[in-house]
Amino acid sequence: MNKELKILAIIVALVGITYWGIEPYAHSVMHPHHEPATFKYEDLKPLPVKGNAQRGAQAIVNNGCTGCHSIKSQNIPAPMDPVSASASYGVNPPDLSNIGAIVDPKFLANFIKNPTHAALLEHKFGDSKPYPMPAFYGSDQDLADIVAYLVSIAPKNLSDREVFADGCGRCHNVRYDKWTVLGDRPKFKNKVEEADFELKLAKYEENLKNYLGTTPPDLSMYIRSRGGEYIRDFVENPQKLLHGTAMPRVGLTEQATEQVVSYLEYVGDRKKEKRNALGVWVLLYFVIFSILAYLWKKKIWAEVL
Amino acid sequence: MAHFEKANSIYEWLDQRLALTKLWKVLAAEYWIPKNINFLWAMGVILMTMFTILVISGIFLLMYYKPDTKLAFDSVNYTIMQEVWFGWLWRHMHAVAASVVFLVIYIHMFTGIYYASYKKGREMIWISGMLLFVTFSAEAFSGYMLPWGQMSYWAAQVITNLFGGIPFIGDELVIWIRGNFYVSDPTLTRFFMLHVFLLPIVIMMLIGLHFYTLRIPHVNNQDGEEIDFDAEAEKYKAGLKKESKVIPFWPVFISKDIFVLGVFMIFYFYLVFYHYNFAMDPINFDPADPMKTPPHIYPEWYFLWSYEVLRGFFFDVGPLSAMDMGLIAFGIANVIFFFLPWFDKNDEVAPAARRGGFFIWFWLLVADMIVLTIWGKLPPTGFNAYIGYVAAVGFLALFAALPALTAGRSGLLRLIIAVTVILFIAGYLQYTKTMGNGFIITLLFIIFYALFFLSPVIVKRVSGGAR
Repeated sequence: MNKELKILAIIVALVGITYWGIEPYAHSVMHPHHEPATFKYEDLKPLPVKGNAQRGAQAIVNNGCTGCHSIKSQNIPAPMDPVSASASYGVNPPDLSNIGAIVDPKFLANFIKNPTHAALLEHKFGDSKPYPMPAFYGSDQDLADIVAYLVSIAPKNLSDREVFADGCGRCHNVRYDKWTVLGDRPKFKNKVEEADFELKLAKYEENLKNYLGTTPPDLSMYIRSRGGEYIRDFVENPQKLLHGTAMPRVGLTEQATEQVVSYLEYVGDRKKEKRNALGVWVLLYFVIFSILAYLWKKKIWAEVL
Repeated sequence: MAHFEKANSIYEWLDQRLALTKLWKVLAAEYWIPKNINFLWAMGVILMTMFTILVISGIFLLMYYKPDTKLAFDSVNYTIMQEVWFGWLWRHMHAVAASVVFLVIYIHMFTGIYYASYKKGREMIWISGMLLFVTFSAEAFSGYMLPWGQMSYWAAQVITNLFGGIPFIGDELVIWIRGNFYVSDPTLTRFFMLHVFLLPIVIMMLIGLHFYTLRIPHVNNQDGEEIDFDAEAEKYKAGLKKESKVIPFWPVFISKDIFVLGVFMIFYFYLVFYHYNFAMDPINFDPADPMKTPPHIYPEWYFLWSYEVLRGFFFDVGPLSAMDMGLIAFGIANVIFFFLPWFDKNDEVAPAARRGGFFIWFWLLVADMIVLTIWGKLPPTGFNAYIGYVAAVGFLALFAALPALTAGRSGLLRLIIAVTVILFIAGYLQYTKTMGNGFIITLLFIIFYALFFLSPVIVKRVSGGAR
């Protein structure tokens, strides 16, 4: 028995060394360590003035925001359909109903003031290729009022899917949840409707590709290919993990990011709970199996040893 | 015609026609195994179980998998993983078993090397086992392509490309294997055929052969003792169970195997449910994209050692490019274990611990293969490349040295060690670019390979006792 344990110890040690080398160690070499996300957006300055939501309701119209953006919850419609908007701007400008709930207010103010700076896209957009959303030329007070207004109209509770739709869903498809960059894939009554939708989607995606230089990936399996931790840190600062990427920093709050991750987990790994729950029972079965097998072995070998 | 009497039971009826009692005796109840064994002798039963799991889980996956580059990824990751009832379980079991089966194969193989179970009548056991290893490798490689993820595609691209290194027919061969000029739909469908039909059938036949090869020479034991199986079996049947050196497969041998199997299953299912990323590489959950090369391409862990033998030659040697040198070494690495019984020039069957220099050789080989495996995954940049070179040349040198070592030819052994050490130094000078002279290193490699191929031929076999 002693000898068998010695052999087992040697095998466990050798397998352990090899495993350590090819998994944790190799991955630490291939994917250098980075600081985890803080969601503080410390490189951005807070606004010097406090905003007033009531004045913001007027300021958002006066400053021309609603010329491109819809605020459906306040009955302000989109000036263009998504496909035409993408033809003009590259991507459909977001509806602002929920933006105050999912985007950090400090980030939001900075983004309105200077979008490419806050989005960390100064390497992609500049004088030769201007960013579709112009920098804000109004007063700081107006800006603070607009942010206060957007925060005031934002709903308190959003589902994971709604957060994803607003934060990521205008560039990324999620085909395993029937989500497209144009919104939910509808149920079609006939082939014409379907072909019509596919054409719109293709046009939108083409515009998006021309705008960003690449087609943003479908995120269906990102929870398995990247993992929750990576997604979380990536959303907070894409440039840190994928230098030079066209993906903007979108300024999600920590909670909104967690909701995005949990949505992607639902989409790409929806059997996780089942897996974790069943595993315990299977392991328990084999523990009992092994105990019984050991007793049987003892009984049988007592005759021959 | 045989004479049949009226049977009194279904068993008797069948027994008259199929000789069940006799069959059971031959296969199990009177199939004799040495008593002097440890749990390493249970690896065969574990392998058989893992193969069964692979076949059964594979059948379930096959019902939903679609071998088409447009459909494959989603049929695996959506249909099987998320829609089919317990599809995720079958897929995890299949993927993890495919990886873990190699761990057990390596343990099984090195047990055979350690206890010298590959020679003196046991050569066919060894060779059929190595054939199984090669077929399993092909099975694993073809299976890894099926989910059509990024690593499926790029590993297929890199590995099929290796055949291009074969002189004269290389380029045509690559196209023939791929069914196209690049890895694409015909490549997927043919590897699908190989994975679910041809290779499994070959594996099953080889398993049969492997079992059959055990019949005449019998299973080895912990001390390499030569046992008179007939005499010991008579003792056992006469009731002298404690005195006999053998035990029947059923129930004595199997009772221990099943316990070992139970413990192994705890480990296996822990991996299936809670720790599967090593076998299901996250990068393969990105769909295959021929336009986007992943920053790091590496094979599954069980191919890393031979992959590193290939990559270890990172500088040109005279007229041969680094790639050619690597391919030669890679080709040798993939077949060299077949020839182990002829590289070992000593007839003595004993555990490595009692075979002097061979004990050191065994652990050097294990250490070298672990180094090759780990550095096979690390990016081959900077000093890593040189470590890969030392480990790759070291791997070949171990086999070059084996005939001299086991036959006690110390002069030849010293020569081989000296040439190897000089090759290490020459490699370092190449790495640091202080010696650009390809002539010396070419000459060294000619001497090295001459020794490698000549030693097993010229060294005479000795029987026993040589250190």
